[in-house]
Amino acid sequence: MEKIDLDLLMKIADLHGIPEGSYNIRKDGKCLSRNSTSDIEIVPKTDKDGIDIIVKPGVKGKSVHIPVILTAGAMLDKVYNDFYIGKGADVTIIAGCGIHNETCGEARHDGVHTFYLEEGCSVKYIERHYGEGNSEGKKEFTPITKVYVKKNAHFYLESTQLGGVTYTDRLTLATVYTNGKFTVREKLLTDNEEKAITRFKVKLVGRDSSAEVVSRSVARGNSYQSFISDMIGKNRSFGHVECDSILLDNARILSTPKIDAVSPEASLVHEAAVGKIAGEQLIKLMTLGLTEKEAEDAIIKGYLA
Amino acid sequence: MLELKNVDFAVKEEGGKKTTKILSDISLTFPEKSITVITGQNGSGKSTLVKLITGLESPTAGQIIYNGRDITSLSVTERARMGFTTAFQQPVRFKGITVKKLLDIACGKQSSLGQLCEYLSQVGLCARNYIDRELDGSLSGGEAKRIELAMAIAKGGDVFLLDEPEAGIDLWSFSDLTNLFASLRDKTVLIVSHQSKIMEIADNIVLLDKESAPVIGTREEMLPALQNRNGVCAARKGV
Ligand SMILES: Nc1ncnc2c1ncn2[C@@H]1O[C@H](COP(=O)(O)OP(=O)(O)O)[C@@H](O)[C@H]1O
Ligand SMILES: [Mg+2]
Repeated sequence: MEKIDLDLLMKIADLHGIPEGSYNIRKDGKCLSRNSTSDIEIVPKTDKDGIDIIVKPGVKGKSVHIPVILTAGAMLDKVYNDFYIGKGADVTIIAGCGIHNETCGEARHDGVHTFYLEEGCSVKYIERHYGEGNSEGKKEFTPITKVYVKKNAHFYLESTQLGGVTYTDRLTLATVYTNGKFTVREKLLTDNEEKAITRFKVKLVGRDSSAEVVSRSVARGNSYQSFISDMIGKNRSFGHVECDSILLDNARILSTPKIDAVSPEASLVHEAAVGKIAGEQLIKLMTLGLTEKEAEDAIIKGYLA
Repeated sequence: MLELKNVDFAVKEEGGKKTTKILSDISLTFPEKSITVITGQNGSGKSTLVKLITGLESPTAGQIIYNGRDITSLSVTERARMGFTTAFQQPVRFKGITVKKLLDIACGKQSSLGQLCEYLSQVGLCARNYIDRELDGSLSGGEAKRIELAMAIAKGGDVFLLDEPEAGIDLWSFSDLTNLFASLRDKTVLIVSHQSKIMEIADNIVLLDKESAPVIGTREEMLPALQNRNGVCAARKGV
């Protein structure tokens, strides 16, 4: 692997090289390296670009790495990945995509990820998006993530994008069945002319299904963010959406909540707050010895930590 | 030694026509290696005094002198770096930021679990239960107050300004808190408080009053009068 590859892998997946266990490293539209194990099988698709990740029932405490890197400059990489998580399994999936674009052209990764969670399994999906290179070049992500959470299963999504991505429009769709749980922790930082659109559509169809979506974001420079969430409670269910954002410079944030309690037993909450850093927070940190600028940076860093 | 010399603080009324004096011609001396408790009725200007010393507000007249140097025009940050450490009456909430992160900022470095334990146990909290929690509205008033104090302890300094540090804190933990304050006696300590338990550890007590000049005296001089029913008036007459 080249140095650029290693740096990107480090940034998006904390990888210092080839990971242990099952993994699939994709570079510039091709498979760079792959390993399948008996617990977590990785099978390349034959009809289109992408892989099937098959976690056997009952597999516990295992992880799989599936990072994607784009270094070739202007290109469009489209991939379809399907995840089949067996009954009672408990796994961590570390995804993420890094783009290094030295050209002035457009480098874009489109991932369509579909997760099928069998009964009682638990999945932690960690996804980090990162861009670097020529400031003129576009670094774009437009992923679609579909999740089906069966009875007693839990899907936890941790999504982080802390800079360099010029445009993102991500759509996450979840359907949650009986006593299933869908959790999202999103962290987002945009700067300069960057634009980020995050859309969640969650259907709570099963009795006692639940969802919690917490988004924390910071927008600075001339950047623009849009957070759109649409949650439907079709049964006795609980849903909580929270979108908190810090706004700096000339940035703009649009937050659009939609909650639809189709069932009278659904309990859905949407909280959103967008604003500057509170003056009293800056002052408190200044009494701890920070300058105003340092206080601002510390708050942003702490907020997105 | 910290000195206020003829300090005035006035604010403009809404509309900007009339000004109201909140503190008027205050001259006080806070010697080092001593604890001074500042007491007085609500609205007598105790928090305002703390804000003036911290640099959050600027006096409209008069000077603040620290170790012979006029610090009246120094910024909050400059004073903090000189060793001024403040615990606010109203703890500031930081939604999205953990207690650990704030303690790290306070002490200026990444602290180990052991150090975090030390800061928090001094204010009666168990680190394990708090370090990963956000300092947000989910903490009770008493918890936020203790963390506010822990940040001051973590920062350290030479001049401690603690504004009603015991407010909202249950009586069970009172003796631990007074011990903590007493342990700062080798610094210059100002504590705004109405609690006799805290006045009992003071070297000096200042009684602020809206209508008249502050009264300052040693604990022995001030305490008996303050503790009796007509304390406020008696203290003023007695000294
Ligand atoms: N910036 C300000 N503008 C207007 N009034 C103020 C300001 N700061 C303080 N005050 C008023 O000054 C008085 C003293 O306030 P404060 O110092 O908070 O009193 P204490 O802490 O003794 O209860 C109060 O009546 C308060 O409303
Ligand atoms: Mg006060």
